[in-house]
Amino acid sequence: MQQIVNFFIKYRNFLLYAFLLFISLVFTIQSHSYHRSKFVNSANFLSGGIYSSLDNITEYFDLKVHNAQLVEENNRLRTRLLNTRDSISQKIDTATFHKRFRFTTAKTINNNYTFKDNFLTLRAGTKDGLKQDLGVITSKGIVGIVDRASANYATVISILNSNSQINAKLKKSNHFGILVWRGGDPNIVDLIDVQSKAPVQKGDTIVTGGKSTIFPEGIGIGTIKSFELDPSENFYSIKVELFNDMTNIGYVYVIENLDRTEIQTLEQQTADEQ
Amino acid sequence: MNNSVTQNILRFVFLVLVQIAIFNNINFLGYINPYPYVLFIILFPIGDNKALLLALSFLLGISIDMFCNSGGMHAASCVTIAYLRPWILQSIFGLAYEYNAVKVVKAAFGQRLLYTTILVFSHHLLLFFLESFNFSDIIYILKKTLFSGAFTVLLCIILITLFSVKRR
Repeated sequence: MQQIVNFFIKYRNFLLYAFLLFISLVFTIQSHSYHRSKFVNSANFLSGGIYSSLDNITEYFDLKVHNAQLVEENNRLRTRLLNTRDSISQKIDTATFHKRFRFTTAKTINNNYTFKDNFLTLRAGTKDGLKQDLGVITSKGIVGIVDRASANYATVISILNSNSQINAKLKKSNHFGILVWRGGDPNIVDLIDVQSKAPVQKGDTIVTGGKSTIFPEGIGIGTIKSFELDPSENFYSIKVELFNDMTNIGYVYVIENLDRTEIQTLEQQTADEQ
Repeated sequence: MNNSVTQNILRFVFLVLVQIAIFNNINFLGYINPYPYVLFIILFPIGDNKALLLALSFLLGISIDMFCNSGGMHAASCVTIAYLRPWILQSIFGLAYEYNAVKVVKAAFGQRLLYTTILVFSHHLLLFFLESFNFSDIIYILKKTLFSGAFTVLLCIILITLFSVKRR
């Protein structure tokens, strides 16, 4: 017994080190997999609050860019509104109209793009209706998917994250693939597993596919920068240049698909019956 | 004694705030960020309280992790260099360390530089390895360690010099 106590006293620093290292490694390994329960994230009142007050200072530096983005978006929407051929007949009765998507606006208060797994922090949380697995976009294109939400803040898995896999397709032909990021340039992502029969051309537009219940179909992602066939010549691997400048994200829209539970229940039932 | 405790608490809070407010947003050449918050471990009083240093390093790392959403990478790297620190000190300062007579701030410039460099580079190497979590990215890890490490060492030396002038 005495020897055991002596052992603990003699090696107490090493044991403490091993214990703390073990905890940190558990957290690290968890952070490398998608949506694992994480205790350490920036959607809590302390880090959210500090980021929020820092953003109060730094948001003035980006005001010009953000205003330009808003004007551009307004311009586009107005053009569409006034150029509709018969705007009266298209009036929608909102009382009976089946609303499929709900939009919430949020301000980005923290944005990373230098790591291999990048996250954003938003100033909007469960109080504003945010929860896990909602899509996040800007007026130009997609940004990511909500990971954790606390009462007032939420973290978003950026598309610049090695765990992010988003269903995307060619705008003109509906051939789809998976959007991934392999590190490096924050404006270039990879679209992999596109069928070799797809008519891929430089400069073509890539949009979100309709297969996921997170993003609506047809949200812009980027344009094809370069592409190559994989060695087996079955699939294309495409480099996509993003529409969004991921290094400067201001206000974002969070999309909730209101049919999501219904779609998932239905798919689950079908899968169970087989 | 009390003065030293207050000084270290202030240094802890100051370094964490400066790290998240300024140094995490530098993004020099796209991906190079310095991590001068390790200065807390470098400057921690050299004495017998190794367990306290380990616990505080963990706390320091996990606070940075919380802001960076990086799991426990910073915590693991910080705890490791805090654990290795006594051996590094001994090999650099030799006899002076054994008599508890070492003050990093007052040491010769060469020794101080060597000590800072070894701690910073071991921290960064482990940090970037845990970040990419993949041996096949070894070139990327080494490149990032080299550039970020050089940046951090430079900042650490500047900060030590700046803050030691006042105390004289």
